[in-house]
Amino acid sequence: MSQIHVITTINGDETEFLCEAQETLLDVLRDHLDLTGSKEGCGTGDCGACSVIVDGRLVCACLMLAGEAEGRSVETIEGMADGDDLHPLQQKFLEMAALQCGVCTPGILVATKNLLERNPNPTEEEVRYWLAGNLCRCTGYDKIIRAVMDTAADMRGAA
Amino acid sequence: MIKGGVHQPIAHDSAVKHVTGRAEYCDDIPEPAGTLHAYLGVSEVAHGRITGMDLSAVLAAPGVVGVLTAKDIPGENQISAVGAGDEPIFAEEVVEFHGQPLFAVVAETRDAARRAAAQAKIEINTLDPVVTVGDAVERGMPHVTAPLTLVRGDAAAGLARSANRIRGRMEIGGQEHLYLEGHIAFAIPGEDEDVVVHCSTQHPSEAQHMVAHVLGVPSHSVVVNVRRMGGGFGGKESQMNLFACVAAVAAKRWNRPVKIRPDRDQDMASTGKRHDFLCSYEVGFDDDGRIEAVDAELAARCGVAADLSGPVTDRALFHADNAYFFPDVRLSSRPMKTHTVSNTAFRGFGGPQGVVMGERIIEEIAYALGRDPLEIRKANFYSAGRDVTPYHQTVEDNILERIVGELEERSDYQARRSAVLEENATGGLIRRGIALTPVKFGISFTATWYNQAGALVHVYNDGSIMLNHGGTEMGQGLNIKVAQVVADAFQVDLDLVKVTKTTTEKVPNSSATAASSGSDLNGMAARDACEQIKARLVEFACDSKGIKPEEVEFRPGHVRVGDADIGWADFVKSAYLARVQLSAAGFYKTPKIHWDRETGQGRPFYYFAYGAACSEVSVDTLTGEYQVERVDILHDVGRSLNPAIDVGQVEGGFIQGMGWLTTEELWWDAQGRLRTHAPSTYKIPLASDRPRAFNVTLAEWSVNPERTIKRSKAVGEPPFMLAISVLEALSMAVASVADYRECPRLDAPATPERVLMAVERMRGVV
Ligand code: FES
Ligand code: FES
Repeated sequence: MSQIHVITTINGDETEFLCEAQETLLDVLRDHLDLTGSKEGCGTGDCGACSVIVDGRLVCACLMLAGEAEGRSVETIEGMADGDDLHPLQQKFLEMAALQCGVCTPGILVATKNLLERNPNPTEEEVRYWLAGNLCRCTGYDKIIRAVMDTAADMRGAA
Repeated sequence: MIKGGVHQPIAHDSAVKHVTGRAEYCDDIPEPAGTLHAYLGVSEVAHGRITGMDLSAVLAAPGVVGVLTAKDIPGENQISAVGAGDEPIFAEEVVEFHGQPLFAVVAETRDAARRAAAQAKIEINTLDPVVTVGDAVERGMPHVTAPLTLVRGDAAAGLARSANRIRGRMEIGGQEHLYLEGHIAFAIPGEDEDVVVHCSTQHPSEAQHMVAHVLGVPSHSVVVNVRRMGGGFGGKESQMNLFACVAAVAAKRWNRPVKIRPDRDQDMASTGKRHDFLCSYEVGFDDDGRIEAVDAELAARCGVAADLSGPVTDRALFHADNAYFFPDVRLSSRPMKTHTVSNTAFRGFGGPQGVVMGERIIEEIAYALGRDPLEIRKANFYSAGRDVTPYHQTVEDNILERIVGELEERSDYQARRSAVLEENATGGLIRRGIALTPVKFGISFTATWYNQAGALVHVYNDGSIMLNHGGTEMGQGLNIKVAQVVADAFQVDLDLVKVTKTTTEKVPNSSATAASSGSDLNGMAARDACEQIKARLVEFACDSKGIKPEEVEFRPGHVRVGDADIGWADFVKSAYLARVQLSAAGFYKTPKIHWDRETGQGRPFYYFAYGAACSEVSVDTLTGEYQVERVDILHDVGRSLNPAIDVGQVEGGFIQGMGWLTTEELWWDAQGRLRTHAPSTYKIPLASDRPRAFNVTLAEWSVNPERTIKRSKAVGEPPFMLAISVLEALSMAVASVADYRECPRLDAPATPERVLMAVERMRGVV
C-alpha cells in the first residue's frame, strides 16, 4: 500500500510524516513521532487518554485518521509546558496530587486546557461534565476537579 | 527538618513526568529495530472440544513471522499462579472460557498481528457452558480449590435459641479492573538462555519464575522489570503471567524483541476480574438487635481455574463479620468452577464481598426491628469481652467507636437522617437515603510466607542514595513513601534519594505488591538496609574519632560526630575513603502472624485498619436513576507516611468501590460470552458521578499500636469498602416507598435498572 504524506503542525512546529491510510493520529504520534505522552486506554473513543486538540477542538486521537491531520494544527501534552515552565494546570495538578498512576493525566490536562480556553470561569458542574469523557480509575476525580477550579480562579486573577 | 521526610504531604515522585507526559510506561519504551509484535488468537466459545485448528491463513497473512501454539512452549504449558496445573497458556484439547487463548501470532507490526489472528479457522465441538455461580452450585460443578469453613461456638444452637431469625440471599457482582493502562509485556532476548521482560506486573518475581518455567530454564536466566504501571488494582498480580510468557517464548524463538499488548476488548475478555458471589445467610438476634448467631455460605464464581480464588474466598470469610461480634458462627466458602475466565485478585481480595454480606445482615435486623441500621451496628461492634473473630483472632486495636462517633457528628448524621425521613414521608417521586457504615479490614497476606520483603540501598560516595525495593509502583505512591522512609533514616533531603525501577535483578523472591502491604513491608525492609549502613557509619565515626556511639547522631543534612558537625556528603566521602561498605540489602518479615487453615484458627492479621463513611443519595423512583449527593469519610491510616498520597487512596478507593456497587455490571450471555467488554458497555464512575459534596478526612489522632513503619497503617484496600454506605443509602431510599417495613434486599451492583426493579417490588408490598 502506498503511504500518505502528511504535512501538519504539531505543538507549533511544522511536521511531516508518512503513514498508512488506516493509521490513527494516535498511532502516528506514539509510534512514528515519539510523542508518547498521549496514551491509548481503549482505542475506541471511550476513555479520553488520547485527548489532543486539533484546530482548537478537543478530539480523541484514536478516532482520527493520521491523514486527516493534513494542514491542521495539533496540540498534544508535550506542547503544554513551555520548556521547564509548567502550564498552570500542570503545576496545580502536581501540587494538589491530582494524579496517581498518571495514565489519564495527559488526556485530562489537554481536555481541561481546552475547557479553560473556551470558558475561563466554569462551574464545578461544568468541569465535571466536561471531563465525563476522560476516565480516571485511580483518583476518584475529586482532586482533579478541585485542581481545575483552583487553576481557573488563579488564571482569571492573573489575567 | 529535612525536606520530604516521613509524615509530610509530598507529591508523587513521578508527578512532573506524569503532568508533562514524560513518564515512561511499558508501551513507551523505545522499541529496538527488529521488534516484533504478538497477538492472541482466542476461543469464540465458552466451552467445547477442539477438533481442528487451521492456522494456514494466519501464517499467510501479510507481515506474519510465525505462530505459537501449545506445542511450541519449550517448558511447561502452564501458568497457574498457585501451581494448580489448571491454566495452560494455550488450550490444547478443550476450551473452557470465551476468550481463552489458543495461539499467538507474531508479526512485523501490531496491526498485522491483530488482523492475522482473526484469520484462524478453529473447529470446536461446543459443550454446554456453566456460566453463573447459581448454575455451578445447582449443577454440581467442582470447587476449583479447597473450600474453607470458619467455626466458633455452635451456630445451629445459637440460631435455635435466638428470639428472631432471618434467612436471606444476596447476589454480589464482580468487577473489571479497568486499569487505564492495559496488559503489556515486552521481551528482549539475550545471550544463552537469557531474556529480559519489561511488563506491567504487580508481581515481578512470579512473572520471572513463570517465564523461566515456561521456557524450561532456571530463574536466573530471566529478568523482569517494571518501572511503573498505569494502575493495577490486583488485575496485574497473576494475570500478567500470560503476556510475559508469550512475549518471552516468542522472543527466544525468533531471537528478536517481542511486544504483546491486547486491545481493551481482549484484555477484558481474556483476563480475570473480581469474583461475584452468591451468599446465603441466616442470622439470629435478640429484640435489641444484638446478633446471637450467624450461619452463612459464600459461593463464588471462580471461573475455570484456581488462580487466587482460594485466598480470595478465604478472605471473604475473614471479613463477613466486618466490625461485628458474632457469638456463635459458622461461615463457609464455595469456590465454584464455571466456564468463564478465571477470576482473580482485585482491591480487597474477596474482603469487600464478605463485608457487603455482613452489612446486609445488619440491614435485615434493622428493618425487621424498625430501627436505624446505625443503632444495630453500634450494638454489635466488637467490644471488651466480645472481641474474638470467627477465625479466633482477638481484636485488640478497635477504634471504631471513636471513628463512627466523630463521623456521626461531623456529618451531622442524626439531623440529616431525620430530614431525609421527613422528606420521604411527603411521598415525592424523588426519595432520599442516608447511611453510615464502618469498615474494619485485616492487614497482612493470609498466605503467611508472602509477608516478607527485601530492599537494596546504595549510598554513593557523593552522598546520593539509590533505593530499590521489591514493591511495584502502580500509582499508589509506594515509591515516594519508601523514599521518605530512607530520607528520614539518613536525615537527608528527599531529592538525594532516587527510587529505581523494580527489577528481579536487585531484589529477588519479592512478594506481589498487594494486600495493601506495599509500604508496610517494603518500608520496613528499606529501613533495615538503612540501619545496617548507619551502624557501619557510626562504627567508622567512633573508630576514627575515638568516641562512643551515643556521640554520633544523624541530624538534618549532617552528622554530629562528637563535637563536630560534618555535612552528609563529606561524611560519606570520608567513610568511603576509610573503606566502609555503603550498600546493604534489607529484609523484613511481619511478626506475630500465624494461620492454620485446617483448624480455621490463628492470627492472620498483624493489625486492623478502620474507617467509616456517611453517604446520602437521591433516587428517582420513576426511572431508578440516582445521584450521590454528599459523602463524608473519616478514615484511619495510623500516622500517615504521606497524607497527600493517603487521602488520594481513600478517595480513589471509595469511588472505585462505589462503581463496583452501583454502575459496574459485568454481563455474560447464556453462551458464556462477556458482553460488557469495553468502557463503551461497562461503566466505571466518571467525573460527573463524583458525589456533589465529598469530604474526606484522615483520623489524625490514630497511631498504629503495632510497630509498623513509623506507626502508619496500610491504605490501599480498606477505603474501598466505605462505598457500602452508598449501597445502603440507595437501599433506604428504595425502602421508603414501602415505609421501611421491609428490607429491600438490594443486590449489587445496584444499577438504576436494579433500583427501579426494587422500587417496583417494594410498591408491591405496600
Ligand atoms: S484511547 Fe482514545 S479514547 Fe480511549
Ligand atoms: S491516575 Fe490512574 S487513571 Fe487517572
